[in-house]
Amino acid sequence: MSEASAPKAVEGPLNFLDDRLGSTTFFKRNMKKVFPDHWSFMLGEIALYCFIILLLTGTFLTLWFHPSMNEVHYDGSYTKLTGVKMSEAYASTLHISFDVRGGLLMRQIHHWAAILFMASILAHMLRVFFTGAYRKPRELNWLIGLGMFTLGMLEGLFGYSLPDDLLSGTGLRITQGVLESIPVVGTYGYMFLFGGEFPEGEYGDIIPRLFTLHILLIPGLILGLVTAHMMIMWHQKHTAMPTQKQTETQVYGYPFYPVFMAKTGAYFLFTFGVLALLGAFAQINPIWLFGPYDPGAISSASQPDWYMGVLEGSLRIMPNWEITAWGHTLSLNVLIPALVPLGIVFGGAGAWPFVEQWVTGDKRHHHVNDRPRNAPVRTGVGMAAVTFYGLLWLAGANDVLAERFHLSLFATTWFFRFAVFVGPVLAYIITKRVCLGLQRKDADVLGHGVESGVILMSPDGEFTERHEPARPEERTVLLSKERAKEQPPATDANGIPAPGSKGPMGYVRSRLNRAWTFDDIPVEEHGHGDHDGHDDGHTIEGGKEPKQISH
Amino acid sequence: MKRFTAWRRRPWAGYAVVLAALAAIGVIYAGFSPQSDRAEAANATQAAADLKNGQQLFNQNCASCHGLNAEGTKDAKGNPIAPSLLGVGAASVDFQVSTGRMPAMNPGAQMPRKEPIPAFDTSIRTDYAEPEKREAAEKQKAQAEKNLADLREYVTSLGGGPAVPPAGAVDPKGGDAALGGKLFRTNCAQCHSFVGSGGALTGGKYAPPLDKSDVTPTQIYEAMLTGPQAMPVFNDTTLTPKDKQAIIAYVVQTREEPNPGGNGLGRIGPVSEGLVGWLVGIGLLVLAAMWITAKKPKKLKKS
Repeated sequence: MSEASAPKAVEGPLNFLDDRLGSTTFFKRNMKKVFPDHWSFMLGEIALYCFIILLLTGTFLTLWFHPSMNEVHYDGSYTKLTGVKMSEAYASTLHISFDVRGGLLMRQIHHWAAILFMASILAHMLRVFFTGAYRKPRELNWLIGLGMFTLGMLEGLFGYSLPDDLLSGTGLRITQGVLESIPVVGTYGYMFLFGGEFPEGEYGDIIPRLFTLHILLIPGLILGLVTAHMMIMWHQKHTAMPTQKQTETQVYGYPFYPVFMAKTGAYFLFTFGVLALLGAFAQINPIWLFGPYDPGAISSASQPDWYMGVLEGSLRIMPNWEITAWGHTLSLNVLIPALVPLGIVFGGAGAWPFVEQWVTGDKRHHHVNDRPRNAPVRTGVGMAAVTFYGLLWLAGANDVLAERFHLSLFATTWFFRFAVFVGPVLAYIITKRVCLGLQRKDADVLGHGVESGVILMSPDGEFTERHEPARPEERTVLLSKERAKEQPPATDANGIPAPGSKGPMGYVRSRLNRAWTFDDIPVEEHGHGDHDGHDDGHTIEGGKEPKQISH
Repeated sequence: MKRFTAWRRRPWAGYAVVLAALAAIGVIYAGFSPQSDRAEAANATQAAADLKNGQQLFNQNCASCHGLNAEGTKDAKGNPIAPSLLGVGAASVDFQVSTGRMPAMNPGAQMPRKEPIPAFDTSIRTDYAEPEKREAAEKQKAQAEKNLADLREYVTSLGGGPAVPPAGAVDPKGGDAALGGKLFRTNCAQCHSFVGSGGALTGGKYAPPLDKSDVTPTQIYEAMLTGPQAMPVFNDTTLTPKDKQAIIAYVVQTREEPNPGGNGLGRIGPVSEGLVGWLVGIGLLVLAAMWITAKKPKKLKKS
């Protein structure tokens, strides 16, 4: 972006590299790359830094972990398990926890980093969704992000299955059930993954297999996707919030070197610090309390880590439906909760950018983010998805909720069975109304200014409050809302259908477009006394007296 | 001496000796017998008084639901209000009353654990500095212990049943915690959760937490023995007394064991971990992000 040469501290190493690789122009150009500043842009970085910490702590753990299902009798320093039969995987995890210096801390940091990795991806995805940052040209990065979240779920599942404790064995048992419920290929899939019957297969293969997937294949895939994600982001430039100096053609922010680099470096340290704090002071996955896996044992409050909670919840509230025909059983009671809810959320999220383009007909490039209130349908749908996901998530903890809050377990199940359908609809309606209300407020601020706190008395004794125009920075933000483009009428004067509205798909499209645009509120500057767009009776003081308003 | 020898040969001498011996025995017996008779009589009176006390306590506190003869009661539709206590035994009485579940306050899906009523509260504190206060508390505690014992005795007298386990059988130090852990995970964890922090059951019932120190080893033993409320009975053939002691050892040692990894987060598994991850982890990092992005470098300050 900048024509100025790089600072001295960079010049030296760059010359060294340039002499050998001839890449100075690349570095010079990119050292000055500008990054916009907003706190929510850091959420994705948490995931990146958690991933780095996961790689480092994970490597530490592999030095002592034995991915083996050989049975041993424990004789380590945790005396409450002395002499108990367990797999070598579990015994070596106990060894890491109690007999390796720093082992427990590393295990806990690793696990907390996994929790925060997934949590920050989700938070980052919500930020991207609600600000419309996934719009053209960034749809690919959106899909890559979804892919990484899905891979992260698998990575987490395989990771917490490795210690072979009672909780992880329970998780694997559910994994087996889910695999088996897939029609036709389910049993083969299950036998293929486990290498024989649950729990350990013919040669005790399941833990070694999960280990390879967990430490090699999936991290490799995630690393590749992270790289692609970053490179695409670098190439396309980061989106920015609507501010005064930000335009669709120019990014406004701080250069990578030195400002953004210092900030992001500091943020890595913050992430590491928070993980170290959690790892040191908050106990996570105490496998010694769970005990070794035993197919005959089970504990109440058996939950997966949070990112699998949605699946757990849908499984818990699913009615026991099964279809048996021609000697085959179709286990809808497992198949539906395993595939449908996440299918709706992830499939919907993946299709959304393209559906939105199709509905709005907006094929332009977007580099400035939307404010969530300025896209009420999108924000409403997003909140509906959040509610759907959140309710299923809570349903996954229904026994803990019932126990902690003294509720009836059955009552929670029935509540969630209905709430999961009603909740998203309510969330959509409420969110959309809130968005439209905020838009009206914006329109009001632009039309009438902000309350100044100055009360005027007119000669005939009436009191009014003087409104002043909003500050320029604020006006830029408010004016960032575009008027939704009206769809041309379905047929023109000659009865010729408008392009893109032919056939049943065209009909659906024009209906959806109408739903998207019909209650759009213009947030525009307009002249004195111009009252269009707020005939909704928001008669705050001064609003009745347009002549009093100074622009 | 001669006279004695002469008398010895008289025909009545033998009878005389036997008579004398009987008399001597009689005298000696008489010397002791009235005493033990009195003691026995006193014991019998005491026992009767204790039983009477037990019965009185029963009538005051239990009979309104369980019936005057502990036969249980039913409502107008024939649904049981309270079960019969014939044959439940001392262990059951001790468990229900010492945990405060009985006498019940308001019937619900399950009777909650609460402070026992004063007449049976054996866990009151007696370590007062003032001698009078201490004495009064000790007296009250002794009375509560006696009341509980009398009530147990009375209910046992109605139909027998399992007795309160001796102290040696419930001592957590005498049990094998490793065996106890295995048995706990197989038999108890599905309701009480893996370290006994409790769990929800169907129909508003729940498995109460075992991880507080007010759940005494004796109560744990009695619960296994008698299966109170929603809990199944683990009799001595299902879990031998040794197994029971092992389970007690596991429960007590686990709840006394510190958390090596920091705060235990309630020891309820991944739910609280996820909550902490989102609230504390993401919360702190969002604050950090806000702080970092709010900082503007001096040199490059543009606005």
